[in-house]
Amino acid sequence: MKRYTIFVITENFIGILNRITIIFTRRGINIDALTASESRIPGVHRITIEVTVTEETVIQLVNQIEKIIDVIKAFHHEDTGVVYQELALYKIPVSRLDGGLEKIIRDHHAKIIAAEPDFVVLELTGHKEKTRELLEILKGYGILEFARSGRVAVAKRMLTIDSFVN
Amino acid sequence: METKMRGADIVIRSLIAEQAELIFGYPGGAIMPVYDALYDYQDQIKHVLTRHEQGAIHAAQGYARISGKVGVCLATSGPGATNLITGLADAQIDSTPLVCITGQVAAHLLGTDAFQETDVMGISMPATKWNFQVRRAADIAPAIAKGFFIARSGRPGAVLIDITKNAQVELGEFNYQPCQEFRSYKTHYPIADTSILQAAALLNGAERPYLLFGQGVILGKAEAELKFFLDKSGIPAASTLLGSGALSQEHPNYVGKLGMHGNYAPNLLTNQCDVLVAVGMRFDDRVTGDLSRYAKQAKVIHLELDPSEINKNVKADVAVLGDCKESLAKLTEAIASKKHEAWMAKFRALEQQENEAVVQHDLMPTKAGLTMGEAIHHINRYKADDAVLVTDVGQHQMIAWRYFNYKKTRTQVTSGGLGTMGFALPAALGAQLHDYSRQVVCVVGDGGIQMTIQELGTIMQTKAPVKIVLLNNNYLGMVRQWQQMFFDKRYSFTELDNPDFIKLAEAYGIKAKKVSDRADLAEAVEDMFIHDGPFFLEVVVEKEDNVFPMIATGCSVEEVRLN
Repeated sequence: MKRYTIFVITENFIGILNRITIIFTRRGINIDALTASESRIPGVHRITIEVTVTEETVIQLVNQIEKIIDVIKAFHHEDTGVVYQELALYKIPVSRLDGGLEKIIRDHHAKIIAAEPDFVVLELTGHKEKTRELLEILKGYGILEFARSGRVAVAKRMLTIDSFVN
Repeated sequence: METKMRGADIVIRSLIAEQAELIFGYPGGAIMPVYDALYDYQDQIKHVLTRHEQGAIHAAQGYARISGKVGVCLATSGPGATNLITGLADAQIDSTPLVCITGQVAAHLLGTDAFQETDVMGISMPATKWNFQVRRAADIAPAIAKGFFIARSGRPGAVLIDITKNAQVELGEFNYQPCQEFRSYKTHYPIADTSILQAAALLNGAERPYLLFGQGVILGKAEAELKFFLDKSGIPAASTLLGSGALSQEHPNYVGKLGMHGNYAPNLLTNQCDVLVAVGMRFDDRVTGDLSRYAKQAKVIHLELDPSEINKNVKADVAVLGDCKESLAKLTEAIASKKHEAWMAKFRALEQQENEAVVQHDLMPTKAGLTMGEAIHHINRYKADDAVLVTDVGQHQMIAWRYFNYKKTRTQVTSGGLGTMGFALPAALGAQLHDYSRQVVCVVGDGGIQMTIQELGTIMQTKAPVKIVLLNNNYLGMVRQWQQMFFDKRYSFTELDNPDFIKLAEAYGIKAKKVSDRADLAEAVEDMFIHDGPFFLEVVVEKEDNVFPMIATGCSVEEVRLN
């Protein structure tokens, strides 16, 4: 089993995401993370799915996704084939802050994006390992909430989605 | 020129523009405007009122499989739509082109649990090739055009279009534009010359090549190309369940049928060939048995239109992606003319073993009770070459398939992939309504017929001259056979107390006859074919007969058993 990123370039029609997720649920495969957004071409969406499966399975998944009528193109890469990023937010109670926070923020290149009377919110972008590491440290500060985005990614190979969308 | 009309009229005008001549359906609240419009177009489009929406969709499937056209059915929202789901799943897995139109509650009521509202888009999604909800009259014609195109092109499948009631009654522009392509959908793949050369090289060097053909040959209208390929290559060829009829069984290369209850030689010798050519078939588990012991010794050439089927179950050494009508023609040109007499003789020798061990017992039994096989044997004697065999699911299906003499293409309608009991009676009706002059024989079991027996009413009303042959063993026979073989004869809920089927058929005004003695069988079958109109023939067969050969679940094709 390996971690793969599946890219789906699709028409922006209602129900597409449902059709895609059905392919995973039917086979009992858990989606690790999923993000969807408009691409730079109006009306064309891109969905990025992170999944941990065998190579054989990821090929079957991509074939089945590509078979969906309104999907323009689907393909997959291993982690080495993509540049990807995730974003994490950490909500910390003000009451637990001590002098140590500055060092943590500096060490992790995190930033404070909100400060309220009762809490502050830190933001960190980076791979899962990195955001998880900070989470472990902040547990010592009575972290109130933690949220991490799905993966946004671009492929390293020099192909643009224009070549799929005529 | 654009004209404004009611959405309901647009629905019917669009169907007519797609050359739909015959549609099946059942009215109800949310589809009533469409039925109202239909009233005005009865001279241009025929509608058959079935007795259940499941009957409508199976009839549309039978019609589509025999005509090669897109089957169309109409249903209302809620229960009307949910009753279509089995048929959608069946059509989708068996690649049958279908467009189903369902009514839906008005757009402003969507998601409110309104009367007869169901999320048919969500429910039908996994059972369709494409589905779409229309909420404005102006969007109806483009959706229907796209739906027909998707249903019939590429690998055919089931399409559902859900139309809200407000869209049916509002006015919209009608200017019908057939759909021919759109960017996210690929229907044609040019055949790669390299793959043809690689396949030809494998075949030219092969000593024991073997060809398997499926329904793709029929869907791709490649029957002639298959025959020319076999004539030149000399390769033995076996059929899948749904491929039956694509090649006449009288062709010298034809060696039989594949799968769990197929023939002995075609299964056994799969594991002895050196090159395996699969044409328009998808290596279903009922064909392959245990995949880890399936044709491991062979180089596999797969001619297939659907890219997702290539390497799905069996890895292809050479994959020829594209329409098999083109690829078979190209491959025929590229190969050397050959004969494989010694190899063919192996098939014939094993066929002889099967004849002695199984076929004789089935077709010319010595014991008192009638067999299912002898009923089919008599059907073969009296049927026309282009007679259509429609079967349900179970023992009778396998026996009828094994013994029916397929001579022409598009003579077979059965539920293959989904295995839907209750399929046969309505499907036979649909097949018959495509052509009243053609013989349509509906072979069905006593379990399956009772799942959709209400369609006798539709047969009565349409006077469709379907020949119904009920093979009655008072059991859910295939399940009982498995209980006997794998569950210590614990016949858990498989025995049926049946109604008087003859009275039932007669109540619907259908001429009926019951046969329990061998002496009466031939004449009864003959009477059935001679009779002008629908006929119900009940054949009381041996209660506990089994279907052989058999590859038990989890076994390899080479472990096919004769008893």
